[in-house]
Amino acid sequence: MAQTAESLQPTKRKSHALPYWVEPTFTVVALGLFGLYTLWLVFFQSSGQFHNYLSPFFSPTESWGIKVLPAIWVLWSPLLFRATCYYYRKEIYRGFFHDPVSCAVPESRKYYFGETRFPFSWTNLHRWFWYVAVIVLVFLWIDAVQAFIFNGHFGIGLGSIIMLINVGLLTAYTFSCHAFRHLIGGGSQKFSCSDGRPTTRYKWWNRVSAWNEHHGTYAWISMFFVWFTDVYIRLLMNGVIHDVRFF
Amino acid sequence: MPDEITLSVYRGDKSGGQEVEYKVPIQTGMVVLDALHFIQAHDAPDLAVRWNCKAAHCGSCSAEINGSPKLLCKTRVDDYVGEVIHIRPMHSFPVIKDLVTDVSWNYEKLRQVPAFQPAIKAPFTLQQRDVDRIQEFRNCIECFLCQNICHVLRDHDAKDRYWGPRLMIRIAELEMHPLDTGDRLDLLKGAAGVGMCNITKCCTVVCPQGIDITDNGIIPLKERVADVYWDPLGGLVRKLHK
Ligand code: SF4
Ligand code: SF4
Ligand code: FES
Ligand code: FES
Repeated sequence: MAQTAESLQPTKRKSHALPYWVEPTFTVVALGLFGLYTLWLVFFQSSGQFHNYLSPFFSPTESWGIKVLPAIWVLWSPLLFRATCYYYRKEIYRGFFHDPVSCAVPESRKYYFGETRFPFSWTNLHRWFWYVAVIVLVFLWIDAVQAFIFNGHFGIGLGSIIMLINVGLLTAYTFSCHAFRHLIGGGSQKFSCSDGRPTTRYKWWNRVSAWNEHHGTYAWISMFFVWFTDVYIRLLMNGVIHDVRFF
Repeated sequence: MPDEITLSVYRGDKSGGQEVEYKVPIQTGMVVLDALHFIQAHDAPDLAVRWNCKAAHCGSCSAEINGSPKLLCKTRVDDYVGEVIHIRPMHSFPVIKDLVTDVSWNYEKLRQVPAFQPAIKAPFTLQQRDVDRIQEFRNCIECFLCQNICHVLRDHDAKDRYWGPRLMIRIAELEMHPLDTGDRLDLLKGAAGVGMCNITKCCTVVCPQGIDITDNGIIPLKERVADVYWDPLGGLVRKLHK
């Protein structure tokens, strides 16, 4: 190819704009700490239950005779679901691989094959992890309902509210997914019936598209909230704090 | 506001070049292209810059301003008060002269995309909701700023393996047309190389037309490729459905 001109590193534009390395650094720190916490759970914690509160890292408790570490039994699917998520992929490629670390910032590595080869080509399996994530979500909703049942009676504790918010955020994250947006309607070529009215798939696609715009926000908030929920239950388990019962 | 601003403009050709500084008096509402015209009129009549509309519509005046790809005619000088404005040609394409680059590769690739193949003969009537999606892509002014910023083309010069975001939304526009019968998925997965995109979204950030290139164009295309190559179950369901 003919000569191209040297380029400059982009300078900070607006006075309130953050330096380019802030976002990738945040990604590395947040995902790194979350990963370490998860490993600690997998290898050093065998349960996450405090009475009727069950940590999302340990749900479902039923393993149908499959013998693995309790946290691994539950964690492989959400972890693969998130690792193949289009939003996290962007953050991971930028933060961990510097591919690119930020727009127009030159890359140091010359070797690049994108998502055309293993292991990155396997991100194409994202929809399969979405199917599993929906099954896990059903269990989490059951747990959230159970968090409102204290010894057979309805009640509300701070833990019940935390678990409800947690599953709500995970639902928002799961159903704002790009693969779901495609499956529900994005994949069809036509959005109108022969009488000119919108198809059901169109209506759903439209709705999911609106949720999808906030997918990145849901990704972060739901991740931090899952983390927080586990910490809360673990503190209860160890008697460090006491649950607040509203009634 | 100061009375004048300094522009440091790349001067050179395919054999190389360097930035040259010019002082330009600031006028209200002045854009960078105006400042370059001032330089052409007063200091350097041989300064090469491509432009046509001066209204962010023709996509001719793409360049890099202080390291960020932008349209020269849409970037205001008063955004840079207190700084020197460095103006360089697009990095991903060969320089012809000064700020003018050779973007013909993009047109070559555009010609290689199989054209619209309508199921029925025109004229036909379509519902607006069926074409909303593709009209977003038709807002493209072919400025190629997205091609310029895409790290696959910019840092890896992988033009032989990836056709870039502009070409992706051209393919999406055809694939999503309600009456199109063409099949471009093999091309997409093969020569056009949608798998080379790692959805890091810089193309979306720079698009002056605000096209959601990655979320609305490239990711749906990746999902269409996954339908065929990564989802035998989905493929079976679709076959039975037909
Ligand atoms: S999202 Fe894909 S096409 Fe757009 S700049 Fe990034 S790698 Fe290139
Ligand atoms: S998609 Fe946007 S950035 Fe890319 S060529 Fe078209 S208008 Fe320019
Ligand atoms: S794209 Fe993020 S969960 Fe599917
Ligand atoms: S001159 Fe037409 S887009 Fe700038």
